[in-house]
Amino acid sequence: MALLSKKDTKLITDPLTDNNPITIQVLGICSALAITAELKASIVMSIAVIFVMGFGNVVISLMRNVIPSKIRIIVQLIVVASLVIIVDQVLKAFAYPLSKTLGAFVGLIITNCIIMGRFEAFALANKPWRSFLDGIGNALGYGVILIIVGFFRELLGAGTLLGYQVLGDPITKTGLYAIGYENNGFMLLSPMALIVVGLIIWVQRSRNPALVEEN
Amino acid sequence: MEHLELFFKSVFIDNMVFATFLGMCSYLAVSKKVTTAVGLGVAVIFVLAITVPLNWLLDQYLLQPGALKWLGKEYIDYDLSFLSFIMFIATIATMVQLVEIIVEKFSPSLYNSLGIFLPLIAVNCAILGGSLFMQSREIASLGLAFNYGISSGIGWFLAILAIAAIREKIRYSSVPPALRGLGITFIITGLMGIGFLSFGGMLTGGDEEEKPATKTEAVIKKEDLKEDKKEIAKNTKTIQ
Repeated sequence: MALLSKKDTKLITDPLTDNNPITIQVLGICSALAITAELKASIVMSIAVIFVMGFGNVVISLMRNVIPSKIRIIVQLIVVASLVIIVDQVLKAFAYPLSKTLGAFVGLIITNCIIMGRFEAFALANKPWRSFLDGIGNALGYGVILIIVGFFRELLGAGTLLGYQVLGDPITKTGLYAIGYENNGFMLLSPMALIVVGLIIWVQRSRNPALVEEN
Repeated sequence: MEHLELFFKSVFIDNMVFATFLGMCSYLAVSKKVTTAVGLGVAVIFVLAITVPLNWLLDQYLLQPGALKWLGKEYIDYDLSFLSFIMFIATIATMVQLVEIIVEKFSPSLYNSLGIFLPLIAVNCAILGGSLFMQSREIASLGLAFNYGISSGIGWFLAILAIAAIREKIRYSSVPPALRGLGITFIITGLMGIGFLSFGGMLTGGDEEEKPATKTEAVIKKEDLKEDKKEIAKNTKTIQ
């Protein structure tokens, strides 16, 4: 007996590609763009969202039969807010400089549309285990885009990855810089995040024409 | 003066959409038509104008370290700031529910056109972001908090209005199929963001008198950009 049935595996793999929360469902863009100037911040943000999504989906799914539908948004917000407070406190305790970089964006996980969107669309109608998988899958799909964007922005903008200078030293002119390469500081500015995501969407939809939208 | 500075700073320099990417989800989802975009924009201004000052009061008299000193000396050491997320979001959810009821009562047509997006204002990052940035930027007084709420709302309104107008026009140009819809909207927003970067020096460079001049210049630049894009689109069409 496999741990995951075929249907369950699909819950995780679908959001990674053809039903990606960012590029297809258009959820959770806000935080995806703001913190991707560095790869490290993107990774931490993805882990935080995976944690909040997975457990939030389980909690909501367990409570789905007792939540009155009129006040469900408030209930959902309280659940997410509690989970986010945990993340925030952990970050402040163990990675203080990083929590300063992420700043208000940790709090903004609460209003990350992916979380509310998946609560509404999935957790309110499904059993806890499946909801957990759905949460993890969507958060991974979100994380993948975040990490791709963070990778390119840090590499092209600052010439570093996770703080290591992978392209050589720009001051002493070693590595690529010796042959006249220059960092493109523009990549670190906020508008470029949007353009990078736009390009990812372009690549994804060219590879899979079924996803192309009407104008 | 302080008020004017904060106003221009939050509308143009720290524009919610272009500088901090707040409220992108509804910005992308509701910007297909100008009329709905205007409706949502107004709702956002309204909700921000109420929630930011309310949350400022909460922050000042309940959440900040030492904020409880009005209760008595023994409460002076309390620091409830870890509760701010939950307090802010509760205030916001309540206010949004209220706005929803009011809009349904007084303007059924607006209520119909906004449809499911009104409850989504509660999870619009721009609203919570407004309160969180108000907290982290340490806005000094209630009046300034009110100003901050309204002006960042206006910034958001301008952004969604502009993108909705562009998207209505872009229907007539030939976009590569894979970029249609979402992709091109992202890229246009990026270009608009670059345009808005030019407001950066507005408050630091030059004297007070030059402020409006810089502003119009940048606006013209942005319009030129738009015109250029349309021009290019037209040309490609004729070539085809």
